Amino acid sequence: MAIFSVYVVNKAGGLIYQLDSYAPRAEAEKTFSYPLDLLLKLHDERVLVAFGQRDGIRVGHAVLAINGVDVNGKYTADGKEVLEYLGNPANYPVSIRFGRPRLTSNEKLMLASMFHSLFAIGSQLSPEQGSSGIEMLETDTFKLHCFQTLTGIKFVVLADPRQAGIDSLLRKIYEIYSDFALKNPFYSLEMPIRTFPHGGQPSPCARPLRNQRAAKTGTVELQEKTMLTRPTRSNPEEKSQRALIWSDSTPLTNLLMA
Amino acid sequence: MTVHNLYLFDRNGVCLHYSEWHRKKQAGIPKEEEYKLMYGMLFSIRSFVSKMSPLDMKDGFLAFQTSRYKLHYYETPTGIKVVMNTDLGVGPIRDVLHHIYSALYVELVVKNPLCPLGQTVQSELFRSRLDSYVRSLPFFSARAG
Repeated sequence: MAIFSVYVVNKAGGLIYQLDSYAPRAEAEKTFSYPLDLLLKLHDERVLVAFGQRDGIRVGHAVLAINGVDVNGKYTADGKEVLEYLGNPANYPVSIRFGRPRLTSNEKLMLASMFHSLFAIGSQLSPEQGSSGIEMLETDTFKLHCFQTLTGIKFVVLADPRQAGIDSLLRKIYEIYSDFALKNPFYSLEMPIRTFPHGGQPSPCARPLRNQRAAKTGTVELQEKTMLTRPTRSNPEEKSQRALIWSDSTPLTNLLMA
Repeated sequence: MTVHNLYLFDRNGVCLHYSEWHRKKQAGIPKEEEYKLMYGMLFSIRSFVSKMSPLDMKDGFLAFQTSRYKLHYYETPTGIKVVMNTDLGVGPIRDVLHHIYSALYVELVVKNPLCPLGQTVQSELFRSRLDSYVRSLPFFSARAG
């Protein structure tokens, strides 16, 4: 039971906010000797398994690391092409880690606008009058729930197929969006909801941010931060905690499920 | 509960069969265009879902629902796609769609030497058996259709 990701899509189909909250998926690492018994091919700037499933390596998995060093798309860490590197017998035995390819931010943007069009087609092909677009999409590994507001913003949540209570979660996310994105005077409509730069390292609570405010100078971005995290008179702790939802530092789900 | 319509596509996107029962709204475009739009949507959903999935998938896309209808999807390894639109009260109907494929399409079309594959099914027997099978489903409404 889990929430996998949250997407917020503006009325033009642009992705304005995204959050992933699942642990890295099952990955398989194995040492190979020269003729590689998997067929690899290049797809979307990644090296994918095209044929040959074994030991948890499946068709569609990408090469994630070679000899423990992460690859960078179709290039190895030192800039050589992965396919070329693996085609050279001198580099064997080699240990390769395979796993489901992670979505890049470009792909997320593309998928968000793709869903935007699917949503519209879903309502056009309706056999009944007055149908909305796709509200729930079911697969064997996840369910996608979508809530479109009257103003056209779509909140999309990917969750476990058995997870209940997503409808109220979507309403809650809408509420948080209204409170902390829309009411922020530095937020411009339809634009990405900016998250705080933590260098990819989630920070556990609001306090470091408040210290930052005291320490740093007043760029617009910092002003924005202070606006977001300034505790209000009524219930200051709760408000500043909730502001952090948009900051990548607290998993949205923990907070909302609590 | 009710069944609105049913599409059968082959792997190239040709609409092999279409029938409707309780359909209150047409898409407002010629039928041929509608089939293409439907196939295109399913094709995109399939690729969308396989990219979005956090885990490796087995069956892939199963169904989606809007505020008014639910679309059920079943695909065979050979790429035949069975798509049924029902109202929201209908649960998983994978077995029903599988039955349409295995007991009707395979038996009456694939095994019929007079039915060329990859074209709209002309067989009257297939049409009538399919119609009576769908009408006999527990969630097919008793209302006149």
